[in-house]
Amino acid sequence: MSERVGEAATAPAFPDAAKRLMTNQQLRRNVRHATEVIRGKRSKVVGEMPDWEMLRESGHQIKEHTLRHLDFYLEQFEQACMRAGGQVHWARDADDANQIITGIIQSHNESEVIKVKTMTSDETRLNSALEAAGITPYETDLADLIVQLGEDKPSHIVVPALHRNKMEIREIFLKKMKLDALGDRPEDLTNAARDYLREKFLRVKVGVSGANFAIAETGAVCVVESEGNGRMCLSLPQVLISLVGIEKVIPTFNDLEVFLQLLPRSATGERMNPYNSIWTGVTPGDGPQEFHVVLLDNGRIHVLADTESRETLDCIRCGACLNACPVYRQTGGHAYGSVYGGPIGAILTPQLQNMEHSQSLPYASSLCGACYEVCPVKINIPEILVHLRGKVVERGGAPFSEKLAMKTAAFGLAGPARLSGMQKLARIGQRPFEHDGELRNLPGMLSNWTSFRDMPAIPKESFREWWAKREQDEMK
Amino acid sequence: MIISLFITCYNDTLFPETGKAVVAVLERLGHTVEFRRAQTCCGQMHYNTGYQKEALPLMRHFVDVFRGAEIICVPSASCVAMIRDHYPKMAAQAGDRLLSQQVSDLVPRIYEFSELLVDKLGVTDVGAFFPHTVTLHTSCHSLRSLHVGDKPAQLLRHVRGLTLNDLPASDECCGFGGTFAVKNPDVSGAMLSDKVSCIISTNSEVCTAGDNSCLMQIGGALSRQKTGVRTMHLAEILASTDSEAKP
Amino acid sequence: MSTAKQEILERIRGALRDVESSRADEYAAIPRAYVQSTSDALDQRLGLLTDRLHDYDATVYRCAPTDIQRTIGEALIAREKERILVPVGLPGEWLPPSFDFVVDRGLTYEEINVMEGVVTGSAFAIAFTGTIVLRHSAEEGRRALTLIPDYHLCVVQARDVVQTVPEAIRKMALFGASPVTTVAGPSATADIEMTRIKGVHGPRTLDVILVVD
Repeated sequence: MSERVGEAATAPAFPDAAKRLMTNQQLRRNVRHATEVIRGKRSKVVGEMPDWEMLRESGHQIKEHTLRHLDFYLEQFEQACMRAGGQVHWARDADDANQIITGIIQSHNESEVIKVKTMTSDETRLNSALEAAGITPYETDLADLIVQLGEDKPSHIVVPALHRNKMEIREIFLKKMKLDALGDRPEDLTNAARDYLREKFLRVKVGVSGANFAIAETGAVCVVESEGNGRMCLSLPQVLISLVGIEKVIPTFNDLEVFLQLLPRSATGERMNPYNSIWTGVTPGDGPQEFHVVLLDNGRIHVLADTESRETLDCIRCGACLNACPVYRQTGGHAYGSVYGGPIGAILTPQLQNMEHSQSLPYASSLCGACYEVCPVKINIPEILVHLRGKVVERGGAPFSEKLAMKTAAFGLAGPARLSGMQKLARIGQRPFEHDGELRNLPGMLSNWTSFRDMPAIPKESFREWWAKREQDEMK
Repeated sequence: MIISLFITCYNDTLFPETGKAVVAVLERLGHTVEFRRAQTCCGQMHYNTGYQKEALPLMRHFVDVFRGAEIICVPSASCVAMIRDHYPKMAAQAGDRLLSQQVSDLVPRIYEFSELLVDKLGVTDVGAFFPHTVTLHTSCHSLRSLHVGDKPAQLLRHVRGLTLNDLPASDECCGFGGTFAVKNPDVSGAMLSDKVSCIISTNSEVCTAGDNSCLMQIGGALSRQKTGVRTMHLAEILASTDSEAKP
Repeated sequence: MSTAKQEILERIRGALRDVESSRADEYAAIPRAYVQSTSDALDQRLGLLTDRLHDYDATVYRCAPTDIQRTIGEALIAREKERILVPVGLPGEWLPPSFDFVVDRGLTYEEINVMEGVVTGSAFAIAFTGTIVLRHSAEEGRRALTLIPDYHLCVVQARDVVQTVPEAIRKMALFGASPVTTVAGPSATADIEMTRIKGVHGPRTLDVILVVD
C-alpha cells in the first residue's frame, strides 16, 4: 500500500523551495495582498459573533468525537447512503481511489468528466490517472481552471491561483480557450470562463466532486462553494462520483449548524457562502440518477493512530491558518511542495505519508501560534509541529551536525559547573570571530545568522559570575 | 518577599544586563532576590527542535532546583510558556507521578517579569526614568501563550520621560522562532525585514520587548542595517533611573 | 481475503484502541453553548433579511398574499424579462398574463438555457446570513431550474423566515432526503486579484418577493 500526497514525496525541502520562491516579487505581493484581504474580512464577520469561541469549542469536540468513533460513523454513513440509492466504495490509498473512479467512468463508456474542487483528488493525482486512461477531466473552479490551463500547481487552499495576476490569466485564457479577443478586466475573464464552462456543464455526463461534510446519520453529502460550478457538477450530470476523505464524516445533520457557521466565516470572511448543496443518494427526476461515494484512507489512519496528533484530522479546510501564517505570507503555498500548504499542510502532509517524506515541513514554522488562534476547530498546530519534529528526529531525519550540537548543548546545560565551563569555552572560542564587540562570519549553521544579522560578542562576565562576585562583595 | 530569579540560560550567557536590571527593579521595590546557582536551562530549545528526550533531564533539573521557591521570576516569556504549556505534559508522558505533582506545585509560582510586577506585586509604576522614544514589540509567547495583554505597555507608560509609540503589526512574529532562525534563514530574514520596517516607521530610538530572543533577532538587523535604533529588554528600561538614563 | 472496507475498518479500530467511552454518551456530552435561537420579532427578521439581500444587489419586494401575481409582473417588467421558466408546482394564480411562461415538464438543459429567467417558491429564508433555502419541491422545481437561467425571482413567505443558522438547520433536518440548496447572494469569485466578481455560474441576478400576511 502506498499513500500519496500529490508530488510531496519528491518535492524539494522547504528552506530550498522557499528561497527560490521568495525571489518572485509578484507572487509575494499577491500572497500578501490576498491574505491581508481575507484576514480583514474574517476578522469583521468573526467579530460580530459573541458565541464564536463556543462554536469553536463545539466544532472541535464534534470532530474529536467523530474521529474517536470513526468506524461506527463510516458504517452508519454507508448504510444511510445506500438506503437512499447511493453506492459506496472504500479506497485504501491513492491508487485504489483512482482505479475505482476510472472504472466507474469507463463502465459508462465516457471519456470526459467535469470536476468541482476537490483537493483530495489532487492528493491522489486523479487527473493523471484519468488522462492515462484516455479520460479528459475538466476543472471547473475558476482558480483550478486557471491552474489547469496554465499547467501549474495550486498555491492556496481557498484561493489556489492567487499567484497569478489578471494579465497572466488573460494570456492563459486567450491561448487555451482559443479566443480571438479578450478584455483584461476581472469581469471579462470570468465571463470567458462562464462561456467556456457552460458548454461543458450542459453536455458532460459524469461529474466528480469532493465533499466538505458527509453526514453519517442520514447519508447526506454537503458541498460548500461560491461560484456555482459545484451546483453545476453536482446536479446536471447523469453520474456523480464524490471522493471523500474518511475524516469528512460528521455524526448528525444538526451538526451542520456548527460547521456552516465556522466554515464560511473562516474561509472567505462571509456570513454565508453563496451556495451550499446538500443531497442524499439519488432523487428521482432531479439530478444524477447514479451516485457513488469513494471513501478514502490514503494515510489518514496513520494520523488517527497517533493520539497526540489525531486532531490534525479535525481540519475543515478553511485556509484561515494560511492567511494568518507569517511564514506562508512570505513564501506562498508552492514552497510546501504539497496540495496542502501552510500550517495545516506542514502537519498533515508528512503524517499522511507516515513521516517518510516532507520531513522539513514541521520545521517550516517559527511556532508563533497565529494559526491556532484562528483555527475554527481549535487544532493546536504549534503543539503538533513540535510533536512531529520529535518524530523526525527519532527516525533519524535530523542533520548530523545538528544532532551533535544538540547533544553537546544538552551535556553543557546539565548542571551549573558544566554551564559555567561551556560559557568560558565559548568566550575563548569566539575570539577568532570577534571584531569590535560583534561576531562576524560564524561557521557552520551559525553563518545563517551572521549573513544578515549582527551578533553581539558574548559578554566577558555572565550573570551568574556577576552574582557570585556581588555575594562575595556583600560578605566583606 | 523573597523572589527567586530564573535568569534563563541565554540571558545568563548573552544578556547579563537584563538579569542585573531585574534585580535592581525588584530590590528597588523592597524585595529580596535569591539566585539558586544550580539553575541551568528550561529545556525549550531542545524540546521545540524535536529533541524531547534530551529536554527531559533539563526539565527534571529545573524542577529540582526550584523546589520550595515561593515565587520565581523569569524575564523571558518563551521560557515561561515552555514551563506552563509543556512541563505538565512532559511529566505525564514520563509516567512519573511524583514529578507531575512537583510540576503542578511549581507552575503556579512561575511569573514572567511583567506578570510578576503587575499581577503579583500589584505595581505599574516602578519609579523609573527613561526620557526617550520607545516602541514595544509583543513577543508571540507573551501574546498568545501567556496572554500578558497590555501589562508591558502599562509599565512603560508609567516610566517618567518615556514616550511610547505604537508599533504597527506588533502582533506579527519577528521571525526568530529559536532554531527556525538558522534552519530557515531566508524566511526568517523576510519576516525580520517586515518587522524592522514597522519599527523604523515609528521613529523611535529604542525597541523593547520582554524577550531577548526576539530582541537578538530584531537588534541583529537594526544594527546590521545601521538604523541607529537600539534594542533594550523591558527590565532594563524599568531599571533606569535619573542617573542611569542612557540607552 | 478481506475487502478494502474490512481492511480499512480493522485498521481504524486498531488505531482507536485508546478509546474507551460510550459513543452515545460522548456525543450527548458535547457542549453546545452557542446561540441557538433569538427572540427577534418578525419585523426585525424581515428588516435584517432585506438588508442582507440588498447587499447582494437583489431587489426586494414586499406584498400581501393577494398581490403576488401583480408583484411578479412588476419584477419581471423591471428586469425586462419575458420568457420565464416555471416549476410544475408553482401556483397558476401567481402568474400574471402577457408573459411567456414555460412550465418545466422535463425540459432539456439546452431548452432551459434559452430561458430568460425562472420564478419559484422557496422553503424558507435565514435573516442573519441573508440566505434563501430551497428544498426543490414541486413549487421550487428541480435543481437545474434555479441554476441554469440567468435570473431567479424567488417568492419567500415572511412567516417562514428564521433568524439563525441553527434554527434553519433544524428545519432542514425535517426535509428527509430532498436535496437542499442554500443561496446567499449570486455566485461570486475573488480568484482574480482578490477582486470580488459576482456571477460566475448560476443566476447572476436574484430578486426576492417577501409575502407578508
